Amino acid sequence: MAGLELLSDQGYRVDGRRAGELRKIQARMGVFAQADGSAYIEQGNTKALAVVYGPHEIRGSRARALPDRALVNCQYSSATFSTGERKRRPHGDRKSCEMGLQLRQTFEAAILTQLHPRSQIDIYVQVLQADGGTYAACVNAATLAVMDAGIPMRDFVCACSAGFVDGTALADLSHVEEAAGGPQLALALLPASGQIALLEMDARLHEDHLEPVLEAAARAARDVHTLLDRVVRQHVREASVLLGD
Amino acid sequence: MLKSKTFLKKTRAGGVMKIVREHYLRDDIGCGTTGCAACGGAHEGPALEPQPQDPASSLCPQPHYLLPDTNVLLHQIDVLEDPAIRNVIVLQTVLQEVRSRSAPVYKRIRDVTNNHEKHFYTFTNEHHRETYVEQEQGENANDRNDRAIRVAAKWYNEHLKKMSAENQLQVIFITNDRKNKEKAVEEGIPAFTCEEYVKSLTANPELIDRLACLSEEGNEIESGKVIFSEHLPLSKLQQGIKSGTYLQGTFRASRENYLEATVWVHGDAEEDKEIILQGLGNLNRAIHEDIVAVELLPRSQWVAPSSVVLHDEGQNEDNMEREEERESILKTAVNEKMLKPTGRVVGIIRRNWRPYCGMLSKSDIKESRRHLFTPADKRIPRIRIETRQASTLEGQRIIVAIDGWPRNSRYPNGHFVKNLGDAGDKETETEVLLLEHDVPHQPFSQAVLSFLPKMPWAITEKDMKYREDLRHLCVCSVDPPGCTDIDDALHCRQLENGNLEVGVHIADVSHFIRPGNALDQESARRGTTVYLCEKRIDMVPELLSSNLCSLRCNVDRLAFSCIWEMNHNAEILKTRFTKSAINSKASLTYAEAQMRIDSTTMNDDITTSLRGLNKLAKILKKRRIEKGALTLSSPEVRFHMDSETHDPIDMQTKELRETNSMVEEFMLLANISVAKKIHEEFSEHALLRKHPAPPPSNYEILVKAAKSKNLEIKTDTAKSLADSLDKAESPTFPYLNTLLRILATRCMMQAVYFCSGMDNDFHHYGLASPIYTHFTSPIRRYADVIVHRLLAVAIGADSTYPELTDKHKLADLCKNLNFRHKMAQYAQRASVAFHTQLFFKSKGIVSEEAYILFVRKNAIVVLIPKYGLEGTVFFEEKDRPKPRLVYDDEIPSLKIEDTVFHIFDKVKVRIMLDSSNLQHQKIRMSLVEPQIPGISTDISDMDINEPERKKKKLQK
Ligand SMILES: [Zn+2]
Repeated sequence: MAGLELLSDQGYRVDGRRAGELRKIQARMGVFAQADGSAYIEQGNTKALAVVYGPHEIRGSRARALPDRALVNCQYSSATFSTGERKRRPHGDRKSCEMGLQLRQTFEAAILTQLHPRSQIDIYVQVLQADGGTYAACVNAATLAVMDAGIPMRDFVCACSAGFVDGTALADLSHVEEAAGGPQLALALLPASGQIALLEMDARLHEDHLEPVLEAAARAARDVHTLLDRVVRQHVREASVLLGD
Repeated sequence: MLKSKTFLKKTRAGGVMKIVREHYLRDDIGCGTTGCAACGGAHEGPALEPQPQDPASSLCPQPHYLLPDTNVLLHQIDVLEDPAIRNVIVLQTVLQEVRSRSAPVYKRIRDVTNNHEKHFYTFTNEHHRETYVEQEQGENANDRNDRAIRVAAKWYNEHLKKMSAENQLQVIFITNDRKNKEKAVEEGIPAFTCEEYVKSLTANPELIDRLACLSEEGNEIESGKVIFSEHLPLSKLQQGIKSGTYLQGTFRASRENYLEATVWVHGDAEEDKEIILQGLGNLNRAIHEDIVAVELLPRSQWVAPSSVVLHDEGQNEDNMEREEERESILKTAVNEKMLKPTGRVVGIIRRNWRPYCGMLSKSDIKESRRHLFTPADKRIPRIRIETRQASTLEGQRIIVAIDGWPRNSRYPNGHFVKNLGDAGDKETETEVLLLEHDVPHQPFSQAVLSFLPKMPWAITEKDMKYREDLRHLCVCSVDPPGCTDIDDALHCRQLENGNLEVGVHIADVSHFIRPGNALDQESARRGTTVYLCEKRIDMVPELLSSNLCSLRCNVDRLAFSCIWEMNHNAEILKTRFTKSAINSKASLTYAEAQMRIDSTTMNDDITTSLRGLNKLAKILKKRRIEKGALTLSSPEVRFHMDSETHDPIDMQTKELRETNSMVEEFMLLANISVAKKIHEEFSEHALLRKHPAPPPSNYEILVKAAKSKNLEIKTDTAKSLADSLDKAESPTFPYLNTLLRILATRCMMQAVYFCSGMDNDFHHYGLASPIYTHFTSPIRRYADVIVHRLLAVAIGADSTYPELTDKHKLADLCKNLNFRHKMAQYAQRASVAFHTQLFFKSKGIVSEEAYILFVRKNAIVVLIPKYGLEGTVFFEEKDRPKPRLVYDDEIPSLKIEDTVFHIFDKVKVRIMLDSSNLQHQKIRMSLVEPQIPGISTDISDMDINEPERKKKKLQK
């Protein structure tokens, strides 16, 4: 009869979070020995895996090589079991291509590509389970993987989504909240400088409301940064113990 | 800081498709007690009092909070709303169950929670670390929720003990479920049934009557024998509907016969849309408007709709033999062709009960506490209630809610909700007609009022950001006398280039009502201001309707202006919309404005402006009529009220002046201009208003009526209708044209709001405009508020919000607005009817000239021009021999004895008030002229005090 109440009068969301709160984030770096860099992240029930190869020589046609910087190649795919209904094609569909393109834009802005001219960096991201905010999880996983590969970056790239319900901006939308059909926004941020690497919006929202929603997403992205930073430091500590330092 | 770190994560899995949802548990949810040290004390919104001064309960003398379960909240909301009940904890579990089971109760409980004086607190127990419970193996959802509620109750008691040991604050669990209560007591939670608790409130004995009487399932009174067959469970009904064994439809009880009803089957099939049900057993406890499942009976048992009038009267309880006897009367021999698909109710899909207005029929047994209640709506069965105040309630209008209808009971059980006052009393009857027409008229809640601007209010610099300052313009308003909610004001001035600038300035209501807040939701729900004869039920709080939004003279007000540049031939050269600030120079009545226009001596700015407007309006009107706009007529009645007693002392039809039509003309123009603009900008979600052309068959009666007076009415287009109506004049019968226009009005369809993306026929037939909307009355119509918002977004003066551009939401809104407008009209008519009764009650019996509007098989419908009053003269009466009646459908005409009646014949009728039935008083009309022996009345044989002139109960 009545649809889901996304935000209760008491200010709680369907899963018990308050408007600006993130879902639980867990992440690990260096999960694949074969790759140059890799990372796994869980944001709530959204799970993503990223692997990075490079920088290495251009594969395929040499004509693609850029004289002044590295080529960033991103591929996105999602596991067939990642969503409630099984998908037919795991990659190569329009949505995957689009996502790959967005990731590429994001990381071209963050990686110091001019340090590796005429070479190529491959970032492969796979979503194992999708429960909202897949773009953000991919970016966050890829950031960790790029760092794991030791590729120099301007800064972390931290991403988070945000929506707008009953005049309130909600951070880090879950699948239920995304499915309700309100406006949603995805933001990738370089937290130190506050620069925006990517901003995407897929519904109408008046400019007056854009600011609070953007603000919520940015705040959430900064919270993500705090967490990722902790993960990286922990990883470095563990690695140095292994090296017997 | 990230709070997510302290969360425990649990996942819920279920369904065929695996759904995993996160569920966070928190430890920062407060208990709601003001000043609780353990919870940090700070609570937003209403909270529980630390020292509740509750009504003295003999069961629990110490201070306590109440914690009701879902069923108590659902069924005993009338008790919970009582001011005596305060400090109640509403669990999230309970609230969610209520939300999915009953939207009206959910709304009521939210209103109560928002009322700070009630101290209701919603505890988010499902996300509290210590009160969350997981569904166990083999436990169903209901049992889990019951357990969750008990766990929360237990937690509260322990928490409060920790907080302060000495004041012995307790949480009392209220449940009507016996098993649940036993379990609670075992677990050490103080628990009572709602009845036990309410009865223990010795200081508030009146609350007992408001208790819903619910017989526990499987615990029906053993003595009563089963009268009705069982209702099948919902799962079986759904199966049956899918397989075609049962049909789903809306149950519509008959007004005339309590043993008969029809079911409108939902669905696309054109045939057999209506199923007849006859006899109490087949009606099987369904109540008007319920959604039911019916089973068709075999053809051999089909019946014809009976023409018998049968009302459920008499005092006897549960006497089924008499019912059977009465039912047999229905089954008289009938023509084979008249038989209709007949069925019986096998189950209820959804109840659509509401509180009903009506009167108590006191039990004959003197000491009895059980009485029957007769609803004002004849389609609702009588309801048995228990009350100790029967003698006080007799002769009063009261409200009763239905609680249930057990299988062994002849009548549904219910409980007393509210006493409205003496029947026949003006206030009471007004309340009744508002309730019966579902007009929301409660005072605005605290939550709604909290969104009003703070006084003293003034225009700030921020307000002026997207606004033009038009305070220098000579703007004035023209309205009926006594109007306090002034929506619109006008101006007209000559520009330097010789053209005219005309402005329509509309109250900027959307500046004050922001999307989505409680004020907005309440206005959207009300949909319209309802005008009764001497009362106005506002759509928005008075501070807005009569003050801040009302464009009164000599104060600064915010407006939304539509400004045209026109030439002297009233052709629009430029149209411009802007939010503005204005300062009206005069609030005039139609008469005052007319006087200024006609005056030869006045030449001030206001008067010049009015003359300019009037001149243009005449050209506009002429042009509009040339295009085929209809000028129809419906007699509008107005009462002159006695200023002290507020009783109607005179009744007359409204007088129309030139200035009425002047204002109207510019409002139409503004509405059309705005409609074009918003449709241009939002092709998919503009809120528009259309008026469909009536199907040709609607006009039959009008064409026939005109023909009988040797006039021709053409109805192929609106234009030809308008032209032929103009030509339809009779030199000997000047009133004929008005009568024809009244008839034409009756042929029309209802104009409706719609969303442009959901329809492709926009035409407004009556106004002969390809597009139309409502922009000019945002104080009293919610549609205009939405149109203002759309227009504001279109010109960049305000921001949009997601719901505004969602065409499905907009379509839902239109549905509600159309419903509210229809109900408002009905309520208004009912109010006029009631005041007409009051008027004739004081006036006594009068005879007046009347014209016949319609001819029926056994009656004529007449219009009395002097009062604008319409009524029916019946020719068959109980105590008189039946006259010879010959009805001819072709002309149409009705021959009574030797006198023939046609439409538009002039007659003389006697008008009097029939108050034999206190609940249904009515105006009776009888024929005086022409004289028909045995039919028309003489003054001598009239007796006002004639007892019981009831409608014939049984006609064979
Ligand atoms: Zn507490």
